[in-house]
Amino acid sequence: MDLERLALENPLIDGLERLPVRSTVLVIFGAMGDLASRKLLPAIYNLAHEGSLPERIELIGISRGESSDERFRQHMRESVDRFSRRRPNVDVLDGLLENVRYVSGSFDDPDLYSRLREVLEAIDADFGGPVNRVFYLSTAPEFFPVITTALGEAGLNVAEDADVRVVIEKPIGYDLASARIQNEAALRHFDESQIFRIDHYLGKETVQNVMALRFANALFEPFWNRNFVDHVQITAAEDIGVGTRAGYYEGSGALRDLVQNHMLQLLALLTMEPPTAFEANRLRDEKVKVLEAIVPPRLDEVASMAVRAQYAPGVVSGVECAGYLEEPGVAERSRTETYAALKLYVSNWRWAGVPFYLRTGKRLARKLTEIAVTLRPVPHLAFNTTGNSGVQPNQVVLTVQPDEGVSVSLGAKIPGTKMAIRPVNMEFHYGTSFMSESPEAYERLIMDAMRGDATLFTRNDEVEALWAIIDPILAAWRADESSPIPQYAAGSAGPNAADELLDGCAWRRL
Amino acid sequence: MSEARWAESGTSPERIEAALRELLRERHAADQSLVPARVLNLIVIADREWRGEVVNRLERLGEYHPSRTILCTVEPGRTSLDATATVHGDSSADGRVGVLRETVEIEAGQEHMSRIDTIIDPVIVHELPTVLWSPHSRDEAVEALLGMVDVILIDTDDPVNFDGPGAALRRAAELLESDVYVVDLSWLRTVPWRERLAGCFENPGRRPALETLKRIYVRYNPASVVSAILLVGWLASRLGWDPGTLDQAPGGAFVGSARRADGAHVSLEFSPVPLATRGIAGVTVTGDAGFSLSLDRGPGGLAAREQRAGARPKQWRMFGTSRGEGGILGDGVRQALLRDGTYGPALRAARSFAP
Repeated sequence: MDLERLALENPLIDGLERLPVRSTVLVIFGAMGDLASRKLLPAIYNLAHEGSLPERIELIGISRGESSDERFRQHMRESVDRFSRRRPNVDVLDGLLENVRYVSGSFDDPDLYSRLREVLEAIDADFGGPVNRVFYLSTAPEFFPVITTALGEAGLNVAEDADVRVVIEKPIGYDLASARIQNEAALRHFDESQIFRIDHYLGKETVQNVMALRFANALFEPFWNRNFVDHVQITAAEDIGVGTRAGYYEGSGALRDLVQNHMLQLLALLTMEPPTAFEANRLRDEKVKVLEAIVPPRLDEVASMAVRAQYAPGVVSGVECAGYLEEPGVAERSRTETYAALKLYVSNWRWAGVPFYLRTGKRLARKLTEIAVTLRPVPHLAFNTTGNSGVQPNQVVLTVQPDEGVSVSLGAKIPGTKMAIRPVNMEFHYGTSFMSESPEAYERLIMDAMRGDATLFTRNDEVEALWAIIDPILAAWRADESSPIPQYAAGSAGPNAADELLDGCAWRRL
Repeated sequence: MSEARWAESGTSPERIEAALRELLRERHAADQSLVPARVLNLIVIADREWRGEVVNRLERLGEYHPSRTILCTVEPGRTSLDATATVHGDSSADGRVGVLRETVEIEAGQEHMSRIDTIIDPVIVHELPTVLWSPHSRDEAVEALLGMVDVILIDTDDPVNFDGPGAALRRAAELLESDVYVVDLSWLRTVPWRERLAGCFENPGRRPALETLKRIYVRYNPASVVSAILLVGWLASRLGWDPGTLDQAPGGAFVGSARRADGAHVSLEFSPVPLATRGIAGVTVTGDAGFSLSLDRGPGGLAAREQRAGARPKQWRMFGTSRGEGGILGDGVRQALLRDGTYGPALRAARSFAP
């Protein structure tokens, strides 16, 4: 063993399935909020349960409300009991809670950061040296610049001999201009390599599997281009309504809530060039390149490239449902869209001329997230056309939920004396081919942030490229204050107007 | 739960395979959301008298249940084959697919063992990885099956099947030299310890101590001496130590030594301690300048204790639940889909130590 190498690298990590992470203090801003309660605190418990957390871990919850260490521990215990994907082990949970503290204060109050510094320094002293710090901003987006600025001004953005990172939840801005302001505020005090912008969608196994499918198989690459692909449909349909989220949703709408982040991320993973390595910046370089190749619609093109709608009363799974405008917390004359469909083009050598149709909506017929790549028809059908009405272009369908997998449709002969053909499916279901349960996206992403691996996080230029695509649509819709918003019955496949986006094809059945 | 069963005395592999195909067709016709799992084949060769125990262990695989399990029980004097085939799975709500799994149990005789491959081969799903587990070390059957399996599960800690750690490690090395991938349950018992030790030395302030380690002290369940030796073999192989041999000490303990890359001596101590479950109970690594780090099993994880020269000792807990012996076989099945290149070097070092 080369002693110099030993000093630089940890020779014990080779071959381990779970790579170790340095001791860390995880500071959650907005620790009493909904996201922390439902996702973050249970995820941290599950990581502890599995033995994945760093050698030493301290958790500091920060919120505006007056509370105490003990009350916050009780809050965390209740969150874990209620939302953990596994029943908590009392010994693990009790032990973890001993390492939990609470600091209250207003996010714009310098005194909060002085007290936080004292706690962090005490932890460093107790650990016997500087400990990595992760600041997780699980707050309303308007506080992101406030907190990153305050952390910087308090000198908490750097630490000698330790890494400091900041995790920022989506949404990053509500349009391109506000996203730029947020990015600038964060970059004023933190280096881009310290910033981890979460889109939890990227932490899902099946979303990562899009990359595995494309780049670990020679099968798809030859036809993954404009010469063979006729069009692509990306669907993210929900059967639920706005529920208790009207307060958030009224200011967001379907376009911001799902298209700007999750769906465009799927589009980027589907269309980007192969990265030379599965490494943060190489992967994100490719995503940015392809996102920048999507030409945003001009204002006068928006009507022909984007459709919005709201759900009206209807029946979902046999149950009568109210329309969006009757939902509690929704403005009487709300123009917020609960459905959005777009037609986009990726203007590069590989994809020029191929339409990409995206649709998302609430209170649709069923819950489904999928990408369907439809190939061009065969150039000449050699068989007698009689009885061959079943010949359809091949489709490759990547299902993200509810039933993760891939299917390829093929034409096959119907048994009999005639050469009659019908489409059949060759299917791979993720759940049938692997034994272990997938970790929650947040568990994966929290560990990646603590480890400093930004591969599954969104870079600043990527966020801005995403908004640049959406911004003209938002602007056009905002400017149109008089046209009625199309309605679709709850439980349907969406508004008829969305059909007009498609050039001679039809939306896949939900 | 959807379940269909077939049984036949005096049967043949072709009849079993045909029955499986028909059972799967029936289940799918009855409920199109049911589709067969296609993860791997698990072949288990077990003594008939221990069937119940093996079936219990297979039932505890839980989410790691393989797609097709073929349990072949061996009964002295039996000349014919009896078999049952079961296809079972849960229909799923929410439009998701339900996953069907298949279990075949074949009752065979000793006389079938030398050509058991001709009985098993028609019954496996051929495009899937095939894993072999022979908990009662039916070596004749193992040799016959080696050419058709991808992975073999062994447990070098198993005192029933190996005449001491040396024999166990030698058998593992022989298997490693064949074309199959070896998953050793003893090695898997060391995973949490290897992860925690690696994690502790991820701290750059502690990293230099790796160069100065001069004593390794492992506490273990008396039935897990091979796990303990493999753990130290791993340290030796990762740190470039030249392993010496171990000698027996009073109380069932072992002592030995290794030489570091810089020529310095490393003392090795292994002590059996009372422990309810198999595996490692604790490990202490000691370096120069008063450094030592101890990890010991405790409630909710490992109790860590660090001592540095001139400083008061620090204690903390590294969280995690024990998967226990019930989970080790499932982990072994899961590992069959992965590859760990550090086992071979650790095994070689462990063989040098092994008494």
